[in-house]
Amino acid sequence: MQLDSKVPGGPLSEKWDKHLFDLKLVNPANKRKFEIIVVGTGLAGGSASATLAELGYNVKTFCIQDSPRRAHSIAAQGGINAAKNYSNDGDSVWRLFYDTVKGGDYRSREANVYRLAQVSNNIIDQCVAQGVPFAREYGGLLANRSFGGAQVSRTFYARGQTGQQLLIGAYSALSRQIAAGKVKMFTRRDMLDLVLVNGKARGIVTRNLVNGNIETHAADAVVLATGGYGNTFYLSTNAMASNVSAAYSAYKKGAFFANPCYTQIHPTCIPVHGTYQSKLTLMSESLRNDGRVWVPKNPGDKRLPSQISESERDYYLENKYPSFGNLVPRDVASRNAKLQCDQGKGVGETGLAVYLDFKDAIQRDGKDVIAKKYGNLFQMYEKITADNPYETPMMIYPAVHYTMGGLWVDYNLMSTIPGLFVLGEANFSDHGANRLGASALMQGLADGYFIIPYTIGGYLAGTKLEKVSTDDAGFKATAEDVEARIKKLLSIGGKRTVDDFHRQLGNIMWEYCGMARSAKGLTKAKDLIAELRAEFWENVLVSGSGNQFNQSLEKAGHVADFIEFGKLMVLDALARKESCGGHFNEDYQTEENEAKRDDESFCHVAAWEYAGDENEPNFQKEALNFENVTLTQRSYK
Amino acid sequence: MTQSNGKKNINLTLKVWRQVGPNVKGRLETYQANNISTDMSFLEMLDVVNEELIINHRDPIAFDHDCREGICGMCGAVVNGRAHGPEKGTTLCQLHMRHFSDRDTVVIEPWRSRAFKIIKDLVVDRSALDVIIQAGGYISVSAGGTPDANVIPVPQEAAEKAMDAAACIGCGACVAACPNASAMLFVGAKVSHLALLPQGVPEAARRVLKMVQKMDECGFGNCTNETECEAVCPKEISITNIARLNREYIKAGFL
Ligand SMILES: Cc1cc2nc3c(=O)[nH]c(=O)nc-3n(C[C@H](O)[C@H](O)[C@H](O)COP(=O)(O)OP(=O)(O)OC[C@H]3O[C@@H](n4cnc5c(N)ncnc54)[C@H](O)[C@@H]3O)c2cc1C
Ligand code: FES
Repeated sequence: MQLDSKVPGGPLSEKWDKHLFDLKLVNPANKRKFEIIVVGTGLAGGSASATLAELGYNVKTFCIQDSPRRAHSIAAQGGINAAKNYSNDGDSVWRLFYDTVKGGDYRSREANVYRLAQVSNNIIDQCVAQGVPFAREYGGLLANRSFGGAQVSRTFYARGQTGQQLLIGAYSALSRQIAAGKVKMFTRRDMLDLVLVNGKARGIVTRNLVNGNIETHAADAVVLATGGYGNTFYLSTNAMASNVSAAYSAYKKGAFFANPCYTQIHPTCIPVHGTYQSKLTLMSESLRNDGRVWVPKNPGDKRLPSQISESERDYYLENKYPSFGNLVPRDVASRNAKLQCDQGKGVGETGLAVYLDFKDAIQRDGKDVIAKKYGNLFQMYEKITADNPYETPMMIYPAVHYTMGGLWVDYNLMSTIPGLFVLGEANFSDHGANRLGASALMQGLADGYFIIPYTIGGYLAGTKLEKVSTDDAGFKATAEDVEARIKKLLSIGGKRTVDDFHRQLGNIMWEYCGMARSAKGLTKAKDLIAELRAEFWENVLVSGSGNQFNQSLEKAGHVADFIEFGKLMVLDALARKESCGGHFNEDYQTEENEAKRDDESFCHVAAWEYAGDENEPNFQKEALNFENVTLTQRSYK
Repeated sequence: MTQSNGKKNINLTLKVWRQVGPNVKGRLETYQANNISTDMSFLEMLDVVNEELIINHRDPIAFDHDCREGICGMCGAVVNGRAHGPEKGTTLCQLHMRHFSDRDTVVIEPWRSRAFKIIKDLVVDRSALDVIIQAGGYISVSAGGTPDANVIPVPQEAAEKAMDAAACIGCGACVAACPNASAMLFVGAKVSHLALLPQGVPEAARRVLKMVQKMDECGFGNCTNETECEAVCPKEISITNIARLNREYIKAGFL
């Protein structure tokens, strides 16, 4: 199969308008004849469900949590970008487009990114009309702040709870459609497989998490908005239920998976404190505006920070990157923290942390000023660690935060399976090899409110769709496969818990496919994952039965998929023999240890096609053509 | 065992509500939680207990959770008689074991309310809260066609107050803590969030009437000013939102 991105011709700024005009329309009276399944109620799935229902389609929406309002999007803190230029500092659609392509280290599709920048402004209008309480200036107009990777102030925010407020906005629109009978909401459902009929996506199989029933649902098209796969690493800033299973089941049914090795590691998270740690907490990157990062000069120095004099400290970011200092981009900051810890200079009990010190800022600006800026973050830090950052430096360490890779989609957000659309973090489309802060919320809502409502119409109007029913053989067979796997998981009765396997997978991924990768390490990881997979299917212990509320079983299915998916990440990382964005391969670096891209050979999207459990997947390239920006090497010295 | 940095490990006796399903009788069962690091969160402590239960072929304790950082509203249990446990303004997932002492007995029970059926152990069905929102907890705008975001100025103070109310995470602790199992703080927060903003005004009367009616239908009790809700709210939503709800309700009745 040849990948066709379906990017329309014509000048960049006219592509979307032209495409909208070219898309076939479903006449308003006919929309009610179509059923659409949406899996996920985060910013992407929530906004898509509501908008499709508003247009008249019949929507069936699914989520794992007990309410659509609890999707992982709720945890986003910092903000959402838009090219409004309210700050009058020279922002524009073009600048937001350019910053995003550059931030993505030139590994994203120009046309998609430009469209994202175009619709960014509509998102803010939409959210304000819904009642999202964004921060405002005294005059009553919207406030903006600046964020990493941009020189303009274009980020809209609602205190430290922007994701929550945007999600409540989408959830309220969704609730309105549920009340109107246009959306049928299925909560506490785990999508376990995708059903194809005549090669088209026509339904899903879910497990009802309350009573264990295996259910089948049919539709004319399926939309996946199931979020990212950061939890492959076990520890990440993602919510506990975040999983790759829905996307992975689509991959196994023929949807290509793009750039799985692109993961974002956020430099400022609270370090791991013990084996039983279940997740990591992000501390906003804004802290690096005033905090100074340092480690002791001498490896193994275990004295308290207050006992280490200025001359014995290494402010390594300031020393190494004099012009950007503590404000280098996320990937650079993360990698350097790891380098210091690898040299034995890490601090804290585990030696896997660096200091982020506010002493000088407090001395310079006063405690009140710092409290006003970061009070809530300092409080959160103290709640978790019992340390007071006004008195002793914070300890931070990088953590897995976001995944840029995802199911491959064309310009219409359709995967390689006709009728299967993928939105939000679950697709690969807009962030290239690295995502800029405040751009994921923008992308999720762009996809859901302003792109899928049109492109799905083009598909439905232009495709011959046979009548299907959940009684058809295809549905039955898929449900049987799902049931067989559940039975298998429950029957193994081994000696190790699901979490135990997940933790081990996480260690492998973090060690060999994390912040710094190498052909040697990745090859080793491949073997380790194969061993782990084999052991899992012989030695996992899942408690309870299938026909009940069973969190151990739910997790077992997700971890089984994470293990297989981990291998795909490793294969992709091995194949990308360059460094770019979130993929740093130690074999490809400049003399100054910076990421070295190879635009000659790797300016492409890597797309993987499943070829059976025991075979290596097939590899396909989508070449990336940059007609509007010039590729440059990043430097922060 | 005290470690050099003052952090330590403690042993606890847990009394946990176990109930196989909605229509089955439940009871408190006793478990030992040994060697618990005071750095753990409450849910991590439960994870440890569950790992041991699973290894010993016993049924792990079911509890809801997701973000584990106090924002999704998924977690919650009554700990020693208090919804979300002893710390003010803290969800169960953000509660750390350093707030407990060695040899403490900790009683852990689910939210109890007529409107919240128990699904299993500590997991309850809170869908009634969604049903109340569906009755009118929104501004009726469809995607597209909205005016420029800066067309409607919103006084900063109103925006801040709306944000205070909108901070509700819908966890249901207010209902669990209320002797009448009332959902007035939850409804008050939503009505206030939208009524305080100019965008929410056109539908304000209709919204409050419908939401209150639905709240009653769902079997939530009346508010008799016990203020327990405010005391346990992990987001410290103020009961002034209930007063505003009452004002909005009366205002709507006169239209
Ligand atoms: C701590 C944190 C802070 C962040 N801060 C920011 C920020 O400031 N700005 C920014 O732009 N981005 C931020 N991000 C990134 C951003 O929040 C996410 O990328 C984005 O919200 C993802 O939205 P989504 O709709 O694609 O998926 P999600 O919100 O992850 O939603 C996934 C949905 O799919 C459902 N689902 C998943 N699997 C299944 C299944 N198998 N069966 C059924 N349903 C399923 C879930 O129930 C859920 O409803 C942050 C991320 C984190 C972790
Ligand atoms: S798990 Fe999300 S609030 Fe506790």
